[in-house]
Amino acid sequence: MSAESTSEATLDEIVVIALAEAFRGNGEILCNPIGTVPMCAGRLARETFEPDMVYTDGVSVLSAELLPVGVPDAVAVPETYMPYRTIFDLVWSGRRHVVMGASQMDMYGNQNFAAIGDDYSKPKAQLLGMRGAPGNLINNKTSYWIPNHSTRVFVPKVDVVSGPGYDRMRELGEQSSRFHHIVRVVTPLCAMDFETDDNRMRLRSLHPGVTVDQVVENTGFELVIPDDVPESRQPTAEELQILRTQIDPNGARKAEFG
Amino acid sequence: MPNKLMSEDDVIAQLSDGMTIGIGGWGSRRKPMSLVRALLRSDLKDLTIVSYGGPDVGLLAKSGKVRKLAYGFVSLDSIPLEPHFRQARQAGGIEVLELDEGAFQLGLLAAAHRVPFYPCRAGLGSDMLTNNPEIRTVTSPYDDGEELVAIPAMNLDVALIHMNRADAGGNGQFLGPDLYFDDLFAMAAEKTFMSCEKVIPTEDFLKEGTVHTIKIPRIFVNGVIEAPRGAHFTECPPDYGRDEAFQKEYAATAKDPDAWEAFKARYLDAPSHEAYLAEVDAP
Repeated sequence: MSAESTSEATLDEIVVIALAEAFRGNGEILCNPIGTVPMCAGRLARETFEPDMVYTDGVSVLSAELLPVGVPDAVAVPETYMPYRTIFDLVWSGRRHVVMGASQMDMYGNQNFAAIGDDYSKPKAQLLGMRGAPGNLINNKTSYWIPNHSTRVFVPKVDVVSGPGYDRMRELGEQSSRFHHIVRVVTPLCAMDFETDDNRMRLRSLHPGVTVDQVVENTGFELVIPDDVPESRQPTAEELQILRTQIDPNGARKAEFG
Repeated sequence: MPNKLMSEDDVIAQLSDGMTIGIGGWGSRRKPMSLVRALLRSDLKDLTIVSYGGPDVGLLAKSGKVRKLAYGFVSLDSIPLEPHFRQARQAGGIEVLELDEGAFQLGLLAAAHRVPFYPCRAGLGSDMLTNNPEIRTVTSPYDDGEELVAIPAMNLDVALIHMNRADAGGNGQFLGPDLYFDDLFAMAAEKTFMSCEKVIPTEDFLKEGTVHTIKIPRIFVNGVIEAPRGAHFTECPPDYGRDEAFQKEYAATAKDPDAWEAFKARYLDAPSHEAYLAEVDAP
């Protein structure tokens, strides 16, 4: 398939590529993306530049073959049995890169999806609870897919820290924080990382057509903005073809865009 | 081999106010729902519920029988947030122990092994520690001197679990994709009551699944309750999937007090599991 015959990538496809890039260089680990867009990203990374990663069918096995997203009767070819107990063991082993969501996040990457409100005994809105965030962040690589880039999500201070960020890790010291690594935060506007001297969140790339001002307006804290912010990369023709025809033939990923 | 067959109501007769009750399964998956409804019908109160939470936690929190909840999450899976649990939390008045879901199993394991805690790294730097000051840290006694979280033993008075098959002596078999932590719940409890889809002769276990699926040993089980579709409306594969339509109806009652009363009267007040199933199957 030539580049000419491929229609231009849409925003959801740019986002999938930006998240897939988070897995680059990970090698033979468990790629554990939660949500449709992250799953597309993980599968695309394995089909192209990270062929050694493993991933689950979302139930209890690792799938040796490409398992499409949003195809209910797709069946995994098991390469390992992987019930929840083994997943937890694997988290603690560190050989895993998880992608989670966030209801709130601050400039050091402190994440909240547990509850909204100041009073833990009577939250304004109870959300998921801690789930695996405390253990994930301190044991293995973590990235985030945040479908709603707004000042409601990117806040100066989160109400509850479920997944700890870099300032909290600095307070804990080197020994406790040695496995903590937030690789990437991807939204419909941009990709961000923490590759700064003080591990504050930095604008890494802008999706096509998005301006720095747009990102700044929708972020409730001061982002580190480099002098030159590159555009998020376009998918190759091969990547687009694999994503559209093999990984997500029904376009399930589009449902995560408002 | 002893015969431990009993009814849901026989189980309730062995429970008392203030007990700590662990409930097996995971989210809206293989929950011992006939036993949960028996709890709801009882006069029991001031309970502490320990669970990888699903509708069991939602229903019990809503019923006012719960003093304290210990969980890693509470979810209906296909409906990510459990609406009745959310309401109960947002109304205040229920004490909670909210743990990392991986750390949670260490609390069960510590109870099973009769040690006071198991260490892990999960929780350091997060509000899991800030919000639960009863959880303490421990320093490694070895040269590394690393500070770790000491997840306290979650000692249970009673565990309630649901299996696909069991024998009358209390050996349990799961046939679905994941045991979850039901064996740890059983071992962490003084007494375990196990419902099942079908009671079978011990020699028939291998007709149902491989030897690796017979995971609950009878030495940890005090009572066996035969409850076909006993996990309804949660899933219990391969016997049946989740009743999504029923779960949606259950979730929707959180927004409508009249609908809740009607749901409760029709399903939860049904005097037995058989009567409940008759209502579920009624047109």
